[in-house]
Amino acid sequence: MSILPQIIFLLIFIVAGYVLYKRVSFLRRAIMLGKKSGRTDNPGERWKTMGLVAFGQKKMFKRIVPAIFHLFLYVGFIIINIEILEFVIDGLFGQHRYFFPFTGTWYMVALNIFEFLAFGSLVASVIFLIRRNIIKIRRFTARELFGWPKLDANLILFAEITLMTAILVMNATDQALADKGYAHYTQIEGLFFSSLIKPLFIDMGATTLFYIERIAWWLHIIGILGFAIYITYSKHLHIFLAFPNTYYSNLKPKGEMKNMEEVTNEVNMMLGIQTENTPEPPAEIARFGAKDVNDLSWVNVMNAFACTECGRCTDQCPANITGKKLSPRKIMMDTRDRAEEVAISLENGGKGLEDGKSLYGDYITKEEINACTSCNACVEACPVNIDPLAIILDIRRYVAMEESGTPPQWNAMFQNIETSFSPWKFAPTDRFNWADKVKEEEQK
Amino acid sequence: MAEMAASGESPEILFWVGCAGSFDDRYKAVTQAFVKILNKVGVSFAVLGPEETCTGDPARRAGNEFLFQMQAVGNIQVMNGYNVKKVVTACPHCFNTIKNEYPALGGNYEVIHHSTFLQQLINDGKVVIKGGGDFKGKKITFHDSCYLGRANNVYEAPRDVIKALDVELVEMKRCRTKGLCCGAGGAQMFKEPEEGKKDINIERTEEALETGASAIAVGCPFCLTMMADGVKNKNRENDVQVYDLAELIAKDQGL
Ligand code: SF4
Ligand code: SF4
Repeated sequence: MSILPQIIFLLIFIVAGYVLYKRVSFLRRAIMLGKKSGRTDNPGERWKTMGLVAFGQKKMFKRIVPAIFHLFLYVGFIIINIEILEFVIDGLFGQHRYFFPFTGTWYMVALNIFEFLAFGSLVASVIFLIRRNIIKIRRFTARELFGWPKLDANLILFAEITLMTAILVMNATDQALADKGYAHYTQIEGLFFSSLIKPLFIDMGATTLFYIERIAWWLHIIGILGFAIYITYSKHLHIFLAFPNTYYSNLKPKGEMKNMEEVTNEVNMMLGIQTENTPEPPAEIARFGAKDVNDLSWVNVMNAFACTECGRCTDQCPANITGKKLSPRKIMMDTRDRAEEVAISLENGGKGLEDGKSLYGDYITKEEINACTSCNACVEACPVNIDPLAIILDIRRYVAMEESGTPPQWNAMFQNIETSFSPWKFAPTDRFNWADKVKEEEQK
Repeated sequence: MAEMAASGESPEILFWVGCAGSFDDRYKAVTQAFVKILNKVGVSFAVLGPEETCTGDPARRAGNEFLFQMQAVGNIQVMNGYNVKKVVTACPHCFNTIKNEYPALGGNYEVIHHSTFLQQLINDGKVVIKGGGDFKGKKITFHDSCYLGRANNVYEAPRDVIKALDVELVEMKRCRTKGLCCGAGGAQMFKEPEEGKKDINIERTEEALETGASAIAVGCPFCLTMMADGVKNKNRENDVQVYDLAELIAKDQGL
């Protein structure tokens, strides 16, 4: 047999590996535009969160129907990839079903599991396509999904269908050939799903079958390598990033806003409070709050790359539900788009962050961030523990402290707090007046 | 507090009244109801009175970190000066801020929301429910405040308080972790909403009215205002009332 296929396989593998390496370095660069996060405490709790939320799909199961279909795709993805190992060995060494001789019946069992998952994934993909394109579900019809995001979601599902069909066709034709007694093909008794489609192939000639089997084989392996590269451009990156993303979750109570140390230093100086570790004045005056991606923490930026664009956040957002422009999903999509834009520019020796654009202003508008009630519904809803609120509040800080651009009514509220120590304009001396009534009644 | 400190007493708890509890006409009634309960039970407590100032929560959520920290540091100095250990408040925003955000600025206290405090009083038998009074057997729904629920995972204490009243607690479609905001959080209370199809409090009030409850219970001054406005907007103020948890208990106790 010619070793040409082996050489081609090796070449494809090397090229795919190289491209993937470049893409991963690119993503790393984009994410690392963010600042330090300090989320390295409590590794035990972090592993646990990752186990439950990413691996265990805990938050997905709050909506049971999509959760079950998604589970097929997810388990299918993990388990079927074990088969890749055999593909690689077969491809590199010109073998066919390399593991079969060692594993016997287990091989049949494993293959049946793969086929079952492939079938489940097929069904799930079809249902998801219908849900996305025919049934009008609010979270899949929002403005921010027009164009590429919608195409991306559909492409992934089609790719999934192609790959899964390839597995089943490959097994069916392989068995049809084995039935015909060709020595190269091993008879594997009891493959349930592929035997269902075997009748389609049984009457074909050996050459046709041979080609169909080979095409399905190549389609599957090249498909998977292509898929691996594709997801780095896609919302599908969550299949990898969901893991680090949940590891670096916020473990504190959701209501707590991060304290700005740089402000504390100034406040202490202003009030003449001595602190034990009187801090050095910072070398460079950083920006207060966030205007662009480099003002966020790298975890915020990773969040954006891990976002599945599922819209569960937006679906629960009170502002969005009542027709305001704000959509927490769009906040995350904007953050990713901006980080990619900057990283691409840097990669090409361009101006990067200094390109005259910024996340706040060119992507996210003031109207959006001003509509947020900080209710944390988006954070609670996100199946991979993304925190859109953190970004919104950091932008508000920028608007208030750098731009002095808060709405007039908020400025009035600030003034009230400064002068009467309450957000409303009441005389501070009247603060205790409520007690008069209680005292009166007690005296009676 | 100043009076107690002057006479050398140190009360068990500091009742943090909050700005709404001090100035908002409707919420002053809640403050009074809660204080009457505390007096009746004989809890040793104090308030800061004119020495209390805004926690800074709305300033921080609107982006003004400077103002927030100025307020926080001032309040912490006063509380540390009185050696405060335990704080109870009827406002989820004050609760969240003092509990979660003051520690970073040197204010460490045990902070509980009045729903939890009331639940403890009932559990300990210090408040003996007299059978719900006017509410007996009626339907009451509870609106989860974001800063109590999702922000701090307090979901059951307010429900336990309501259930103790021998009423029928009916849940809205979106409740607990999925509870819909009343629309006031994140400093929205202090400005007009952005442009949209509808106001958030109307959306939430409609949901509350759908339950058929004759009273909507809340545990937050902003939620109270928002829901009461919503009920008025729907012209239902004659048959549906909005109450704070402390008011429900005070009414039951005939206070
Ligand atoms: S926190 Fe803000 S963005 Fe998130 S759901 Fe609530 S209102 Fe929407
Ligand atoms: S932030 Fe989370 S909930 Fe929102 S679209 Fe992305 S993955 Fe879905």
